[in-house]
Amino acid sequence: MSVNLTLLIVMGVLYACGIYLILERSLTRVLLGLMLLANATNLLILATGGYAGLAPLFDQDIPSEDYNDPLPQALILTSIVISFAVTAFMLGIIYRTWTLGRQDEIQDDVEDRRVARTPSFDAEDDADVPMETSEFPLTAVASPGTAAESDGETVTAGAKELSADTAALEESPGSRNVSRNINLEGGER
Amino acid sequence: MNFADTGNMASLAPLAVVLPILGAALTFVLIRHSRAQRAVSIGLLALTLLLECLLLASVWDGGTTAVTIGGWLPPWGIVLVVDQFSSLMLVVSTVVSLAVLVYATGQGMADGDQDAPLSVFHPTYLILVAGVSNAFLTGDLFNLYVGFEILLTASYVLMTLGGTGPRIRAGVTYVVVSVVSSVLFLIAIAMIYGATGTVTMADLAIKLAELDPGTQTLLHVMLLVAFGIKAAVFPLSFWLPDSYPTAPAPVTAVFAGLLTKVGVYAMVRTETLLFPGENLNTPLMVAALLTMVVGILGAIAQSDIKRLLSFTLVSHIGYMVFGLAMSSIAGLGAAMFYVAHHITIQTSLFLVTGLIERRGGSSSIDRLGGLAKLSPVLALLFFVPGMNLAGIPPFSGFLGKVGLMQAGVSLGTPLAIVLVVGGVVTSLLTLLAIARVWNRAFWRKPEDAEYPDPVLQRPGTVGMLPRTMVGSTAGLVLFGVALTVFAGPLFRVSDQAATEMLDRSSYIQAVLGDEAPVPPIPKTLPAEAVQDGGSK
Repeated sequence: MSVNLTLLIVMGVLYACGIYLILERSLTRVLLGLMLLANATNLLILATGGYAGLAPLFDQDIPSEDYNDPLPQALILTSIVISFAVTAFMLGIIYRTWTLGRQDEIQDDVEDRRVARTPSFDAEDDADVPMETSEFPLTAVASPGTAAESDGETVTAGAKELSADTAALEESPGSRNVSRNINLEGGER
Repeated sequence: MNFADTGNMASLAPLAVVLPILGAALTFVLIRHSRAQRAVSIGLLALTLLLECLLLASVWDGGTTAVTIGGWLPPWGIVLVVDQFSSLMLVVSTVVSLAVLVYATGQGMADGDQDAPLSVFHPTYLILVAGVSNAFLTGDLFNLYVGFEILLTASYVLMTLGGTGPRIRAGVTYVVVSVVSSVLFLIAIAMIYGATGTVTMADLAIKLAELDPGTQTLLHVMLLVAFGIKAAVFPLSFWLPDSYPTAPAPVTAVFAGLLTKVGVYAMVRTETLLFPGENLNTPLMVAALLTMVVGILGAIAQSDIKRLLSFTLVSHIGYMVFGLAMSSIAGLGAAMFYVAHHITIQTSLFLVTGLIERRGGSSSIDRLGGLAKLSPVLALLFFVPGMNLAGIPPFSGFLGKVGLMQAGVSLGTPLAIVLVVGGVVTSLLTLLAIARVWNRAFWRKPEDAEYPDPVLQRPGTVGMLPRTMVGSTAGLVLFGVALTVFAGPLFRVSDQAATEMLDRSSYIQAVLGDEAPVPPIPKTLPAEAVQDGGSK
């Protein structure tokens, strides 16, 4: 007795065709490829059972070496059921793709393409004078995008009331936020 | 009930798989009665959680118990094995799935989707939970394959729920990649069976050691590749950010928390039980480094929060693989703690993103702004797990990372030091990615967004954030904080579990009986790594 060479060759051919098919862009071909791969694997499990033998129905007169190994067959049965379920589901998805877009192709991820096209410069993160986007009113006045107006506008900061100009000065880059400076410039106490 | 009597408690282990499947059957019968469906699925999942807490309590102080199914003794029959690692994973995963189930129920009630296709959610979800529990508990390689298939088939359905264009597109990628990884796993099982004549893992631990080293390496690599696809380890991770973000928020949350971690769990079992020693540790470390760095660089480029979180998910898988690849007690223990931490935190972040999407109308940081003012609760719910993920003290993410770094430094090889540095850099870059989301979605004014969503102009959150959804998210965030508070006992348990798993005798003898021979570990560990493991 020997391992069945035909089975092994068939297994090899199934694997080759399966791998070729899952590399295609057409969904139906991918599905066919997956089915071939699953069946090739079933043959592989069958081959691991060793030499062909009698059906494993116990009889006291038959020595144990004459039986076929039943476990791989149980494994194959499980894997056939699983690949059946997956195939049915894939068919459902392929049909849905067809009804939605009239196409049988694997589609690109739109968001992925968009992120890939996005320039590396980001106005909010990378601008030299960063655009101020905080929630606090003081900085909102100081943001260079909005050109602070100085005609009498005042801003309450803590216990004090400051003119918008002073407040903007205080919030600008490089300021040390010292109220003494503001007093020198004539801010209210 | 007597907790010390581990044998009796552990014989309840099959119920962790049976109860969710029973629930799936019941909810399928009740498909036209959504209220009864909700009550049954939440009730049964809570019961499962209670049972799993009892299991964890029974092995809390160590020990491994095996339950044979249907009276078929191993190595012929299927065994379920309860030890510290598997029961800890069970408890954490069920806490997370229960929170997500409550969240999804709240979302379903708020949106009033009582019609046919979405009522499939409850049965499918419970089958997913059963598959995850089966994969954690099983002591049989083929049964592990079946567990994977149960959870994957359920996840295909959940991933394409509703059948919209983007979900179908993402579902195709996901299904094809998963099927290919399952086929690889099945091929590996067939080869292992051909080489050893058994699929019981404890028996394999003895018989694989007798094989030719070349054959061993082949089988080892096949298993690692199959599990690496499921766990999204670097060169095999590109399917994940492509397919996760389009699914409904609760589905993405539970996938992010559980599915990749089942892959990591299977890798841990392969590395500790089936192929102990340091055979493939160097390639695993390189893969871990690349997973961390490439993943987080991807995250920084994203503008959609869900995609960003998917990339951080990939990146942080690298930490777990790093801990595993050290194969020292300290490394493995820290990796286990990190898995428990990461399941909780990643899921909470995805749940919060679902809430952000409801309040802000979008999950893109180009369209969001001012959420901290509009909904302070939401800001708090994002901030805590966000900082936790980035590894800011005192949260559990920090503790897990410190554990890994300590283990890496005490191992002391140049590659381990490089990985420690890579881990710190990844942690900082995670902070950068999270801070970017925080600054834009929460901190700036809505008008400053590039394309502000009109819904941001409406004040307050009245009617936009259902109480059930916020409550379940808050519960999960609190559970993450609890992991920080109880980090001491958890680290003690995970270190003890790591000691037992690297020793292997407890597992093998629990399954095959006390006389079973335990083969020596091929190449001994560096002495200092073993010593440092005990003193944390």
